[in-house]
Amino acid sequence: MSVAAAEEHGQHHDPHLQHQFQDMDQQNESYVVGMWTFLVTEIMFFGALFLAYTIYRRDYPDVFLEAHHHLVVWMGGVNTVVLLTSSLTMAMAVYYAQMKNRQRQMLFLAITIMFSFCFLIIKGFEWKNKFEEHHVPGPYFEYKIEEPKGAEARRAPAKIESAALTQMSKGGKVVFPKDAVVPEYASRAQLFFSLYFAMTGLHAFHVIIGILVMGTLFFMLMFKHPATDYYMPVEMAGLYWHFVDIVWIFLFPLFYLIPGS
Amino acid sequence: MEHELTHSDAAHPTHHITQPKVYYIVYCWLILLMALTIGASYVNMGGGLNNLVAMTIAVIKAVLVVLFFMQVKSGTRLTWMWAAIGFIWLIFLFGTLGDYVTRNWISVTGW
Repeated sequence: MSVAAAEEHGQHHDPHLQHQFQDMDQQNESYVVGMWTFLVTEIMFFGALFLAYTIYRRDYPDVFLEAHHHLVVWMGGVNTVVLLTSSLTMAMAVYYAQMKNRQRQMLFLAITIMFSFCFLIIKGFEWKNKFEEHHVPGPYFEYKIEEPKGAEARRAPAKIESAALTQMSKGGKVVFPKDAVVPEYASRAQLFFSLYFAMTGLHAFHVIIGILVMGTLFFMLMFKHPATDYYMPVEMAGLYWHFVDIVWIFLFPLFYLIPGS
Repeated sequence: MEHELTHSDAAHPTHHITQPKVYYIVYCWLILLMALTIGASYVNMGGGLNNLVAMTIAVIKAVLVVLFFMQVKSGTRLTWMWAAIGFIWLIFLFGTLGDYVTRNWISVTGW
């Protein structure tokens, strides 16, 4: 690139160009590729859990189908809308960062943070129910088979083979009989909830990190920190946030919408 | 140093700026596809097909997010490659399922 061309592009004297980079193009690409490298490690990290989920759902499809009726579809659905909307507002924050509109950038970051809290609150209520129902894996785990109700019943009912299991569904609390089949079924259901808590928990942890990142950026913008004159920090936070959204896009159908066979 | 990118704005000549309109359209599609996933889960197509539909919709949604929200579509070739690598890794990872699927094909004591 000639000097004239560089000056024409306004890159030559860009105060944000760090000395190790040739031009802004290279610097921007380095930021983006660096962030994607991190996201690749995240894909590997979540990928392993998704694989674990796939293996166990393949092994115990009936148990997974039955156990998923204990999750509340509308809560998962609302959370999906919340997270998708937060992705949109994050994209808008990035847009206004690119347009150098500090006020709008802060506004959209604040909206995104608000949606993130909204997501966590709904998730919190879901988890609270799980604690009350003793569906949290561990020594207090209890499991009873529920007949699907209403709209749920229209889906194919779970195939429960063992007579001991039907017996189990009659009582309120499950008292494990000496028959070995029932504890096995319950422990498989526990496996479903272990995966549910591990994966949604890890996802929620990422949401919390996202709130911290966006909150930090918000305050940096508020106090006009020089780093925020440049749009890249917000764009990087955006990449992270959209990734968190993608993870949920897969978690939602896998846990809340298991089809009957 | 010719990019095919068009820059109407002089604020950041080196970076493609996705217009809000694009974000809104993508968002509408994402919501529509989400509704479709929920709807499809109530239609019994046979377990296998149901799963295929749900996962296909999820993949389409993920691709929309990656291409537009994460701006990979207007990114450099290196960005494209990096973004793709993670998902290629996932294919390898899920390739290990082959072991779980085929293990029962031959009965060997101790497996």
